[in-house]
Amino acid sequence: MLAERLAVPVMAATEVRFRLLAEAGAVRDGLRLIFAEEPLLSMSGDDRGNAEIVLAEVLNNVVEHAHAAGSGPILLVLSLDEGFLHCRVEDEGTPMPGGELPGGHPVDPADLPEGGFGWHLIRLLCHGLRYERIGGRNCLSFSLPAERSGG
Amino acid sequence: MLLKSAMNGTTLVIRVAEDRIDAAGAIQFKERMRDLIQAPCQRVILDLGQVHFLDSSGLGAVVAVMKLLAPERKLELAGLTPTVAKVFRLTRMDSVFTIHTALAEGLRDAG
Repeated sequence: MLAERLAVPVMAATEVRFRLLAEAGAVRDGLRLIFAEEPLLSMSGDDRGNAEIVLAEVLNNVVEHAHAAGSGPILLVLSLDEGFLHCRVEDEGTPMPGGELPGGHPVDPADLPEGGFGWHLIRLLCHGLRYERIGGRNCLSFSLPAERSGG
Repeated sequence: MLLKSAMNGTTLVIRVAEDRIDAAGAIQFKERMRDLIQAPCQRVILDLGQVHFLDSSGLGAVVAVMKLLAPERKLELAGLTPTVAKVFRLTRMDSVFTIHTALAEGLRDAG
């Protein structure tokens, strides 16, 4: 059971695939593992920070919304290409409401909001954000700037 | 969720002894904070110097704690690491908190 909770990296050509469960604790453990492996390991600190913000929001959204009714598998596919980290996140949970991504309009800080930050952060930091429902799966893809550290 | 609190004069300083405040720990963080801020004090400084990552759930929990202290007391923050500072900046929530570069600076600013 423990092994299943952890993300498992599988090298396939230049793509790195991680499988994790749609549970808050598994997302935390999975992020730790993913960031200790290539391609994220050798990215610059700033780009790693942005990637962690976005991947945490995307994966937690899957846990809290698509898989609100119960856990299920999440597949995360990463590849590094010409200064960009390309990401694809797939899950078998419920579709996005209306089949579309939330707008991610910024919340007003003066209202002291306790949520509604996630999609705004994702949209600010990502390029080419795209959502498709394919054969009962949610497929979210996006890219993030990825400089090599010390390069 | 390990939080360490200490009085410094009339200021309650709470240090988060964890490397992240995330969706898996946000509720626990809020509950622990709710207990700790029962201590009588004039100011509350949350030392985030050890926290390397905060997600939107963690941010929501910090806002919730600020609201628990209002209107008599404010929640001040200290020692934001780069990624944590970026989450506050991108959501513009840095505009609603008093943020000290380091804890020592926050304690110096005591009025």
